[in-house]
Amino acid sequence: MTAALEVRGLEKRYGQVEALAGVDLDVGEGELVGLLGPNGAGKSTLVKIACGLVRPTRGDAKICGLSAGSHEARRRLGYLAELFRFPGWYSADELLDLHQRLASSRGGAGERTELLELVGLAEARDRRVEQMSKGMQQRLGIAQALVGSPPLLLLDEPTSALDPVGRRTVRELLEELRRRGTSVLLNSHLLSEIELVCDRVAIMLHGKLVAEGSPTELAQAHGVEIETDEGKRLFEKATREDTPRLVAELIAAGRKVYGVRVLTSTLEETYLEAVGEESS
Amino acid sequence: MSLVLTIAGYGFREALRRKVFVVVLLLTAAFLALYWLANHYIFRDIANVGAPAGIEPRPFAGAFIFGLAMFATLFLGTVLAVFLTLGVVRGDAERGLLQPLVVRPIGRATLLGARWLGAVAVCAPYVFAVYGAAMVITGLTGHWWPGHIVVPGIELAGGVAVIAALSLFGSVFLTSTANGIAVFMIFGAGLVAGLLGEIGHALNSHTLSHAARVAAWAIPFEALYQDGLHEITANTTGLTGLLLQLGPFGGANAGGHWLRLWAVAYLLIIGALAALAFARRDL
Repeated sequence: MTAALEVRGLEKRYGQVEALAGVDLDVGEGELVGLLGPNGAGKSTLVKIACGLVRPTRGDAKICGLSAGSHEARRRLGYLAELFRFPGWYSADELLDLHQRLASSRGGAGERTELLELVGLAEARDRRVEQMSKGMQQRLGIAQALVGSPPLLLLDEPTSALDPVGRRTVRELLEELRRRGTSVLLNSHLLSEIELVCDRVAIMLHGKLVAEGSPTELAQAHGVEIETDEGKRLFEKATREDTPRLVAELIAAGRKVYGVRVLTSTLEETYLEAVGEESS
Repeated sequence: MSLVLTIAGYGFREALRRKVFVVVLLLTAAFLALYWLANHYIFRDIANVGAPAGIEPRPFAGAFIFGLAMFATLFLGTVLAVFLTLGVVRGDAERGLLQPLVVRPIGRATLLGARWLGAVAVCAPYVFAVYGAAMVITGLTGHWWPGHIVVPGIELAGGVAVIAALSLFGSVFLTSTANGIAVFMIFGAGLVAGLLGEIGHALNSHTLSHAARVAAWAIPFEALYQDGLHEITANTTGLTGLLLQLGPFGGANAGGHWLRLWAVAYLLIIGALAALAFARRDL
């Protein structure tokens, strides 16, 4: 099966600065992948190469098997930039209409209505962009990226200007997209958000992938804590699978067991461990 | 083709919404009002002027003041063209306006060409309107009409289209402010070269005339303007015609068909260079 996004040995230099230093990453069909990393890790550069805004120095990026940046590849993706603006005089409906024409979408008014409802802007259909809050503009940006139902969505910090309710709307939207089989590469600083919705997480640092896996895989085991009549005992190297054996051994040794807790690190702890002291 | 029209329409709509468009319209209204006043007083008083033998005062005054109006039209058209195009690539990219458009399945060259068309769709009718209004004011006030009416107007609009193309080309490399300054400096350099050509013609200096000709072909908006000036006095002969050619709005340097062909080729060359540079630019 062809991956929605396939990146191999991707390198990018801006003069003396190495933004990407050989990245390999796949986003499978219908998969939701979160991209994490401190500022300057190369996340936005990776996304920009994927949608043809930036040319790689070396390596290869493919969208649904097509060379990134080509006309055909761009037909298959929707993109929301980290820093974007829409002309203030367009209404939400007019803006989506413009992008429908640019994307050769035949969805018409029906698609526009559906997208505006999906991002919670149905009531703001005729409101001009300049009269919208930053959060509303960001949700309109997501609707714009979804014009033409692209199989791959590249979202660069799509919730940075949203309040908790707006974030929840986007989270529900992402879950809906997963149900529809749309692949998503989500670049975000919000670890909780990534942990909640993503199938897989990739952590970048200094232009390289330093950790990759499902949120569960990345939440590593940190031992098992057992509370007995002698107090709490920590078995540092034990995993969840070792728990029954440890409890049986303690009972056999005459101890009374009152509680067992498997210790795991959160995604945040894994992230901080991966990126060290780098600030975001 | 529909994509080109969509982007051109986007640029056209942006142009009409910009404050600069309102400013240019106000400046134009002020210019035309002052121009009418100037025509009124010049042609009212011209009957009392004792013109030297061989000089026809009415054609001289009409051609001179209308030449001035053509310069003002070129300038106002240039202001409009530059402000509509100076930030199309780098400026819009820095503001985040360009990226949502560029990731759509449209070529960057198409986008650039369409933005040029959008700017020309605003500037060319504007130039025709101001040129026509000035001509009607002079015609009705002074009873003088240009030798040729259509070609000078087209050449003025062509000159503005060349400036729009240069501004778009500059926008690929420069920030909006730097590009605006650069294009206005080129505009000024072109005008100075044209004036030097006039002086060279008056003094019969081949070196000056040659330098002006080279500059005119390098930035042909000035040559188109000069050719337009030449066209409006095409029917003015004798000492009156000679004196007009010695003045700043005389149009001593005719460009003819080769100049018009070169202007078209120049637009294509600048367009191709801009498209090539834009294709290689990271956004």
